[in-house]
Amino acid sequence: MHKEAAIREPLILGHKTFSDVTEDVCRPIEDKAPKTWYVLFGIALIIGIYGIGCILYLLGTGVGVWGLNKTIGWAWDITNFVWWVGIGHAGTLISAVLLLFRQKWRMAINRSAEAMTIFAVFMAGLFPLIHMGRIWVGYWVMPLPNQFGSLWVNFNSPLLWDVFAISTYLSVSLVFWYIGLIPDFATIRDRAKKPVSKKMYGILSFGWSGRAKHWNRFELISLVLAGLATPLVFSVHSIVSFDFATSVIPGWHTTIFPPYFVAGAVFSGFAMVQTLMLVMRKAMNLEAYIHTRHVEYMNIVIMVTGSIVGTAYITELFVSWYSGVEYEAYAFINRATGPYWWAYASMMTCNVISPQLMWFRKLRRSLIFTFIISIVVNIGMWFERYVIIVTSIHRDYLPSSWSMHYPSHIDIGVYVGTIGLFFVFFLLFARYFPVLPIAEIKSILKSSGESYKNSPNTHKETVKPTPFIQNVKEVKAKLTRDELSAKTTALISKLGAVSEETKDNLKLISGVGPVLEGKLNKIGIYTYLQVSKMTTEEYHLLDELTGSSKGRSERDDWAGQVKKLMNKSNNQ
Amino acid sequence: MTDRVIYAMYDDDDVLKDGAKHLVAKGVKVEEVFSPFPIHGIDPIIGVEQTRLGIFAFIYGLIGLTLATVGMRFFMIVDWPMNIGGKPNFSYMENMLAFVPITFEFTVLCAAHGMAITYFIANRTLPGMKAQNPDPRTTDDRFVIELRASQNSKFSAAELESLVKETGMVEIEQKEI
Repeated sequence: MHKEAAIREPLILGHKTFSDVTEDVCRPIEDKAPKTWYVLFGIALIIGIYGIGCILYLLGTGVGVWGLNKTIGWAWDITNFVWWVGIGHAGTLISAVLLLFRQKWRMAINRSAEAMTIFAVFMAGLFPLIHMGRIWVGYWVMPLPNQFGSLWVNFNSPLLWDVFAISTYLSVSLVFWYIGLIPDFATIRDRAKKPVSKKMYGILSFGWSGRAKHWNRFELISLVLAGLATPLVFSVHSIVSFDFATSVIPGWHTTIFPPYFVAGAVFSGFAMVQTLMLVMRKAMNLEAYIHTRHVEYMNIVIMVTGSIVGTAYITELFVSWYSGVEYEAYAFINRATGPYWWAYASMMTCNVISPQLMWFRKLRRSLIFTFIISIVVNIGMWFERYVIIVTSIHRDYLPSSWSMHYPSHIDIGVYVGTIGLFFVFFLLFARYFPVLPIAEIKSILKSSGESYKNSPNTHKETVKPTPFIQNVKEVKAKLTRDELSAKTTALISKLGAVSEETKDNLKLISGVGPVLEGKLNKIGIYTYLQVSKMTTEEYHLLDELTGSSKGRSERDDWAGQVKKLMNKSNNQ
Repeated sequence: MTDRVIYAMYDDDDVLKDGAKHLVAKGVKVEEVFSPFPIHGIDPIIGVEQTRLGIFAFIYGLIGLTLATVGMRFFMIVDWPMNIGGKPNFSYMENMLAFVPITFEFTVLCAAHGMAITYFIANRTLPGMKAQNPDPRTTDDRFVIELRASQNSKFSAAELESLVKETGMVEIEQKEI
């Protein structure tokens, strides 16, 4: 079994059993939804329907209802597209990249982060589709034989690369997510009491039975899909950045764009995960699974990617001056000091300064602070795209074409509407789907669960449900000096005193390192013979004296190990 | 032909693993293990071989790579060479860099979906299929070993039962099928 260092914080708090995990995840699905859920769902639905109304109006009237003009041909539409795609990067990154790096903490958040990814990419995909104006001929972006003879789509165009990248990303993420969901749907199916839900989850679970061979395939497909999805995550936002980087517009055609966009995407994606998780863990009572440590890990990712983004901004600025190209230099001076200075300033504050606050341990472990920063970051990332897109093109080469962009109410309606729709999807997910990967959590319960990790008891004893005891720290009274010496002499008298010359290498006992060996020597234990005499009573005495994790020596069976070592040396 | 099936239920994955080891050492053939999550290390004990899905994924990837290359060569070089900004369009190799992103995406698309479809077919898990786990609790916190009398003809039913009872199981169920 996988072992984890004792000093690592447990990933699952409280004394959870396998059955508790099932119960905690399934109960919110089986119970009636709380009133807040209905309220939130209602609000999201109204906003979403308003957004759909705006989209329908746009489709009926034409793209002219957006606030675009001849100079600014791309504005909120592509800003929103890139923003949503960026948000959609966290889920697959968490579940794929962190799986390859064997980061167990991902298991608390990967399911809902992936769901978030999929819904965010839905929202992103909407924008290019409605931007076509005639959405009903949207399939023309595919290379299909047609009545115009040899008229194919242009495979040299980054916009077409985008079509392939986004659709591949969406469908592969969906498959990855669903394959992970199947065993958990089976769990819900087997618990369901109502015939309708039994039937529904029965269909959704594809008849999963949990056979050994199936688990074998399951583990491999998860690994291979993770391997495939990892380069996919990086490629998708690189290709999105090609939309700009392969153009000839100053401020767009920079080679730094692909890595900088990818870092920015991860940055905003993790921020969105934080926003959602902090609410979800509270609303669904999942604090034992998604706790401060998880939030801290994510904050570190936000800090690192935020620093990459900050470095990229500064590099971009420097290179615009260093290149000596006037157009390029002007584009950047105009960003910072032109009529859109406020957008640039918000972007810099939100994306460069705010993640740096995460260097403070207190701040990155504060849930309220994290929640605020996560929203600030996503505002900043929206402005980043707005700055890149609008301010780079609003000063055309001809001053007579200079222009400003003012969003129309349809612009705003479509954007806000996608946020509403996103939450409609996410709330439905949280209501009907297992929001934690039940099977995966169970598989790490023994290595990372609190009760197994830090308790000397064997499995059988901890199974007894003690649900209300969380985070109990044993208060150890410090032994006085007299007590210590008394206990030491008691121990040594039982094991037999020896001198230091006859010392054996105690480090050969599994569980004993140089530090513990030093402690043992200090007490007066030098030889295998002494250790071999130890029984339960001595183990307890020793634990008190060394202050090391309780029951470790007994569980590792030092006496037994030592006897083997002694036999070995006798035989030689 | 009727067959006798014995289901031994455990409440811990490690106990089941020890139990399976014990049974296999005694020469019992373990037909199947049902568990709520993957038990690491059970496969070699009960003789489940490593899946070949990975090889399939590789083959599907190669198919995607080929399709993308052949397709784009046909569309952009053979059928309708487009001169965009004076960039070369005479041969595939000269134009290849522009085709890299889509070639990559299409390779991943084919590998991932081909593999997923193969996975579902190989598992025989498709929408609407009936679940075959012997007890609904095996998707919660119970672990089951399935033994078949027909595969263990050298033991009598009573012998098998007593062997199973030597392991740390919590429940036992026998069925004629």
